[in-house]
Amino acid sequence: MSKIVSKKQLSEDVYRLDLEAPKIALKRKPGQFVILRLDELSERIPLTIVDSDSDKGIITIIVQAVGETTRKIVSKNAGEEILDVAGPLGSPTLIEKKGIVVVVGGGVGTAVVYPVAKAFKEAGNNVISVIGARNKELIILEDEMETISDKVYITTDDGSYGAKGFVTDALKNIIAGKDTIAEVLAVGPVPMMKAVCEVTKKFNIKTMVSLNPIMVDGTGMCGACRVTVGGKTKFTCVDGPEFDGHKVDFDELSRRLKSYSKMEKYGEEKQEGCCKGF
Amino acid sequence: MVRRNRKVVVKDFKVAEKIPRQKMSEQKPHERIKNFLEVPFGYTEEQAVKEASRCIQCKNPLCVQGCPVRVQIPEFIKLVTERKFIEAARKIKETNSLPAVCGRVCPQEDQCEKVCILGKKGDPVAIGTLERFVADYEREHIEVQNVPEVKETGKSVAVVGSGPAGLTVAGDLAKIGYNVTIFEALHKPGGVLVYGIPEFRLPKDIVSSEIKYVESLGVKLATNAVIGKTDTIDDLLNGNFNAVFIGTGAGAPKFMNLPGENCVGIYSANEYLTRANLMKAYKFPEYGTPIARGGTVAVVGGGNVAMDSARTAVRLGADKVIILYRRSKEEMPARIEEIHHAEQEGIEFHFLVNPVRFICGDSGKVKEVECIKMKLGELDDSGRRRPMIIENSEFRVKIDTFIIAIGNDPNPLIQKTTPGLKVNKWGNIVTSSDTGKTSRERVFAGGDIVTGSATVIEAMGAGKIAAASIHEYLSNL
Repeated sequence: MSKIVSKKQLSEDVYRLDLEAPKIALKRKPGQFVILRLDELSERIPLTIVDSDSDKGIITIIVQAVGETTRKIVSKNAGEEILDVAGPLGSPTLIEKKGIVVVVGGGVGTAVVYPVAKAFKEAGNNVISVIGARNKELIILEDEMETISDKVYITTDDGSYGAKGFVTDALKNIIAGKDTIAEVLAVGPVPMMKAVCEVTKKFNIKTMVSLNPIMVDGTGMCGACRVTVGGKTKFTCVDGPEFDGHKVDFDELSRRLKSYSKMEKYGEEKQEGCCKGF
Repeated sequence: MVRRNRKVVVKDFKVAEKIPRQKMSEQKPHERIKNFLEVPFGYTEEQAVKEASRCIQCKNPLCVQGCPVRVQIPEFIKLVTERKFIEAARKIKETNSLPAVCGRVCPQEDQCEKVCILGKKGDPVAIGTLERFVADYEREHIEVQNVPEVKETGKSVAVVGSGPAGLTVAGDLAKIGYNVTIFEALHKPGGVLVYGIPEFRLPKDIVSSEIKYVESLGVKLATNAVIGKTDTIDDLLNGNFNAVFIGTGAGAPKFMNLPGENCVGIYSANEYLTRANLMKAYKFPEYGTPIARGGTVAVVGGGNVAMDSARTAVRLGADKVIILYRRSKEEMPARIEEIHHAEQEGIEFHFLVNPVRFICGDSGKVKEVECIKMKLGELDDSGRRRPMIIENSEFRVKIDTFIIAIGNDPNPLIQKTTPGLKVNKWGNIVTSSDTGKTSRERVFAGGDIVTGSATVIEAMGAGKIAAASIHEYLSNL
């Protein structure tokens, strides 16, 4: 059992939850995640640990309500409980002083970028952040990113905030202005991460991506989260979640992410004849 | 004296031979493929007494030697003949904390029943079914089980993993006064009994009541505790625990490394069964975890896990389920009973074939599996004939779902985070087999994490050895 200590809405479908999880708060490192199961009927889902306070025994997660499970999670209020929280899982990010690090967050991906960017900053790196979304309303963690970045660029697809365009446009400008970028970290929708990697590959800039495939146990037991990296199968839950973006097979990841989309749609509508085939 | 004894035995033997081995009635195949309820119904009281009367009460019972946890088989069977069913269950529980589980999933035909003297001329005593009967009887008739008072040792033991090995160690140590905490990575205790073995073979209510029994002995359970992450083995040793037992099983699925293996619709048996069993995906959308349903499902592998996967697929509404196995039926490691049940349920067996690649459709969903024909060659290390490829014999099978059930490797989480813990080249923890001691002081291990994939009862046997050895070690500290 893990109590929701506080809850805050960040954008239309995105919520920040602080959970009581003292052991995880004490152990977690940037880049790690938890597996969460809301109640007896719920599936297990992975969520990045965005922040933690080991003194208070609290971890912060950010949830985007996209399916039935995540909608149920964000419908809970402070004081209510989450049945199961396991972690910290995954391999932590290797944090060291590298020089200029550019972090790119797309949509709710900014929540995954934030803890790593913060750690990079604390390790003495020059952190340049790019956060992007479809529109102003969907930009999250702007203030938090400002405090841990040397410079923040914002892009929106519709131009309602920051520069009009994609995060890759801002990234290209940054690359054009600086020739010594040590590393790029990109987290967001798969097409965005793929696009970022295409840009950085041309300039031969090391680029890490944090993947969020379908998971079940999160401990290396099932292989649902397998991805192809450099032609080899890796388990995101234990080998990742961060991988060298230039080696990730993003198209395969996209297809695997849609494994159950048809079923889930039927399931939500509770239609007759639900769930035969995919 | 000796002669007279022999006469008595011969007479008993003849009587026993005249009574046929009692069979459990079971759900008819056409009914059971539509549900996840247990297949056999178990004995009636009359059947149990009749079957028990077949036991000739050998003076030197081979069956006890055949049992990895040394259940006092003739003694409990004698109690059954006296209709003392609860006492019979208690007798088993002296050495085995999980009788309702073992009565169902132990391969008795390779253990106690294999060496039963009656088996020399006819059918052995149905020891497993009797064990199941008395365990079920006790569970159904007794609300709270009396737990004997024990003198506390004041020492604490951490058990990592709540599968058969861990539960056995925990139960045995609690019975002699240790303060035991089991750490389980998943949200529910039971290990393979919960995530792996399907409901229709081992109902989860039964597992949870056996776990409750272990808890009633004073064992504490910590779920969602991923040792190696939430805490390391050293955290436990530096904390409150005098010793640690590692029973984390063989939890990492083997894949085949074939082209197209990451197509949508290709599962490890671990994933498929975990979704179905632990997450109750067969009740989707009531339960939130989905699973592929319907169509043609192919399973590669010849063990119990392959049978469990195939039979689960049948119940999830598959139109057709195929098992692909690279050797022939004789070499299949699955229990005969499981193969028989699978055949009854309409599962097709294709022997001497092996997948070589998968063909995916545009959406990335698996469409076909390409297989190659095999033939059997010379005996290999396992004593079975080695399967060999027949060149240019490829053929394709149209499929919607594919399940890989070719075994598991040990999960490396603990080995990687425990300095000085010796492992072999496959990543199994190295122990001394008669004590369960690892290369690290105060750390013991047993079950699949040591031996590689084996059976529930073998893991329990290893647990018993480790518990005794931990007790000895801590007593001398």
